[in-house]
Amino acid sequence: MGKALLYNCQNGAWISAWGLLCAGLLSMSSTFATEPDIQLRDTCPPSFSLSDDNRCSLRHMYQLYDSLQDSGIGGLKTALPKARDGFSPQQIDLGRLLFFDPILSVDNSLSCATCHNPKQGFSDAMDRSIGINGHVQNRSAPTLWNSAFLSSFFWDARAQSLEEQALGPLFSANEMGNTPEQLVASLNSAVVYKRLFKLAFPNQKTALSVNNVITSLTAFQSSLVSLNSRYDQYAHGYHQALTDNEIAGLNVFRSFVARCSQCHTPPLFTNQQVAVIGTPEPEGLARDVGAEKTFNSKVLRGGFKVPTLRNIAQTAPYMHSGRFKTLREAAEFYTGGRGHAVPKGEDLLLHWHISEPNLTSNEIDQLVDFMKTLSDESFTPATPKQAPSGLPFKHMENAHEKT
Amino acid sequence: MKKLNSLAIGLALVTFAAGWYLGGSNDALTITSSAGGKSYAGGYVNEQATEAASSRAVKLRTTEGKTHVVNPGDLIQAAVELAVPGDTIQVMPGTYSETVYIDKDDIHLRGVIVEGERATLDGLKTLNDAILFSGNNIIIENFKIIDYKGNGIMSQAGNNFEIRNNLIIDTGIYGIFPQLGKNGLIEHNVVSGIADAAIYVGMSDNIHVAYNEVFDSVAGIEIENSRHAIVEHNHTHHNTGGILAFITPGLPVKDTYDVIIRNNFIMDNNTPNFGAPGSTVAGIPPGTGILIMAADDVVVEGNIISNHKTAGILITDHGNADDLTLDPESDPNADGAMILDNVMLNNGYDTIDAVRAFALTELHTGDIDIFQIGPTEGSCIINRHRYKTVGIGDFTDCDFTNTDDIDNYLLAGGAQPRVILPSERGEIAYLGVCTGCHAYAGRLIGPSVEEIQALYANRPEALVQYINAPTPRRTDYPEMPAQNYLDAETQLAVANYILQVGN
Repeated sequence: MGKALLYNCQNGAWISAWGLLCAGLLSMSSTFATEPDIQLRDTCPPSFSLSDDNRCSLRHMYQLYDSLQDSGIGGLKTALPKARDGFSPQQIDLGRLLFFDPILSVDNSLSCATCHNPKQGFSDAMDRSIGINGHVQNRSAPTLWNSAFLSSFFWDARAQSLEEQALGPLFSANEMGNTPEQLVASLNSAVVYKRLFKLAFPNQKTALSVNNVITSLTAFQSSLVSLNSRYDQYAHGYHQALTDNEIAGLNVFRSFVARCSQCHTPPLFTNQQVAVIGTPEPEGLARDVGAEKTFNSKVLRGGFKVPTLRNIAQTAPYMHSGRFKTLREAAEFYTGGRGHAVPKGEDLLLHWHISEPNLTSNEIDQLVDFMKTLSDESFTPATPKQAPSGLPFKHMENAHEKT
Repeated sequence: MKKLNSLAIGLALVTFAAGWYLGGSNDALTITSSAGGKSYAGGYVNEQATEAASSRAVKLRTTEGKTHVVNPGDLIQAAVELAVPGDTIQVMPGTYSETVYIDKDDIHLRGVIVEGERATLDGLKTLNDAILFSGNNIIIENFKIIDYKGNGIMSQAGNNFEIRNNLIIDTGIYGIFPQLGKNGLIEHNVVSGIADAAIYVGMSDNIHVAYNEVFDSVAGIEIENSRHAIVEHNHTHHNTGGILAFITPGLPVKDTYDVIIRNNFIMDNNTPNFGAPGSTVAGIPPGTGILIMAADDVVVEGNIISNHKTAGILITDHGNADDLTLDPESDPNADGAMILDNVMLNNGYDTIDAVRAFALTELHTGDIDIFQIGPTEGSCIINRHRYKTVGIGDFTDCDFTNTDDIDNYLLAGGAQPRVILPSERGEIAYLGVCTGCHAYAGRLIGPSVEEIQALYANRPEALVQYINAPTPRRTDYPEMPAQNYLDAETQLAVANYILQVGN
């Protein structure tokens, strides 16, 4: 398809709808003559140590601690779950270039960054994301921060690795709409990628492959580490890092009245389990069965993976279909009463921690203030100067209500 | 437990065929003496044991820090904030209404009892939790705690703790709730009026619960998703269920095993269930002495279990319990139940329909001391003829008769913190924090490490001073944020590391 479009563009087929795209492709074709000077980094991203065999391994402050049964959950000074790491600097950097390049979608209209925009907490500020041809998705785009520590992916926990996850949106007809053949063809047509894949996968005969696209994207995503928030400073022992009000919020958060930390357990702020909490769907939308489908089990109807709360202030709106516009609304849901938003006739086995905490308005405010202390974007990777394909970027900031 | 009905018919045939059947024989009964004989070996090998097993969870201090005295009208929390590891806080008799949180290590928080008057934490039914801690080596003792909404005393991931001699009344969901920690002792507490469990050990290892009195609560003592726990010498009465060992599915730590329940007085636990809807304990049938659900390797020995209308000991898998979520990672069966000698009197005299119906399939009517349902492997019992039993046909005779070889599962010397070499600490802090702004070569946000090395060669202390309170030196760089949140040890380690790191 890339080639066909290019042909049309070069023949002056300036159909207005294609205008922008053709401009992109033309600029790409113009770079074909002199291949763009895009290099892959030979150093690891922040927080990674480069080994002699050219692998990046993660270092972070929580490695000073242990956790019970190596579960990676606990309290303040607790180890994190084992992270995915060990990719080469070149693979991580190629992943970064691919991540921002709209060439990954079938019609060059979307990149990964369209729905996982680093400027919006690696999400998109939308209640439900929009795929190719305006397809509205069923669910919101989860943040990618700290996904290296996760053991299951998607809201309904249906994928068990970052690799498996990446295949979903790439080849879903409603998301990026690509096919494996088309993906490889279009990457091959953007000459620069052949060289870049060869750099990232030097020992492979066919370096440019779907597998290596997936590996690179995984490598890049596993480099998105956010563990230096003000909360973290508190956790490591510097109690002045939080205000009295924020500490009060922490105490509400971990109290057994609100019970937030029972599922949003530090240090990752998720226990990575599926929970049925019974949030309302947006008006007019049918109940999302969630993990019922993944596990073929009625008792998980309406169940979703507990999301991390790190950088949560950056990823409004909230819940699987973005029903709550602000962090305060989301927090307030939990004090509305067990099952208050479950429609009549809907039979959900609500999680045992969905209770009747009767939080005060002040306590809700404190919870919100505390959650805002979980923000840290200091290791945000740089957006490439240009997409290797030459296509124009397709990630723009969407407006959303501030918490 | 309503679901018990559904499996009853199917299981009945199997059980009946394989069943142990008393009667119709003139042979002398085999009576096993539990005096002497082989002991249960236990399920825990303490690899770091260099000294004899301890009866304490917090190591005795070799030097005492400062003692902070809190008087009525003062805030206990103010003393916690002043305290440093090694210090003791003494709280004088009087009433205090606050939430006390300890995010520090090695603090001893002691109420002072004067002629029976205690330091009383009163939540006034408006405060959430009385005392919560995340630090290691914490002692909480001698308080009276009343009228909180959440918990009396809770810990989150604190290792090596002792919770002792506290009087806890109506503090909400749990009286005492250690979670996600290792090596803890809970003893001599009196806990009552709790809507879930008076003492709830959740997702923990190496815990000892002894000499407590728990009553008027839904669950007396609960060992959940935990390992290497001993519950002994407790008096648990007038709860819905006396002592529980189980697995709650859907939690991040998936199993419960190696639990010893011995020498407890478990009596009259027939209180109507007032647990919150949806809570696991809401499914406990009133009148349950001991409940074992899906937990493995639970030894029951030397208890007096009397006057429970449903059953003295109820053992079930997840499949026969209602309202549990699905968790493919949790093993649903209660394997390795080990019933040694217990005194069982007047149990199962007015049991629930589901239990009665299943008993009928074994042609059992009347009282029930021990009731087991669901698949089980490796379970055993001694002197089974003493009890009125249902569903234990698969139980073999145990090849041991007591647990005498095991005093407790506490860790001599305590759970040790991770050993981190200074160079490792320096590398972790450099990569985990500094590299966001400093690259080895070339400017990132701040100057390059090469430049820093040139400026501070052989002067790590000067670098520590700078990162603690940076003063702007160059107008062309953004101001560096102070790194004073790193502790002194880490600051020096990172300074040394930066000054020698290559590329």
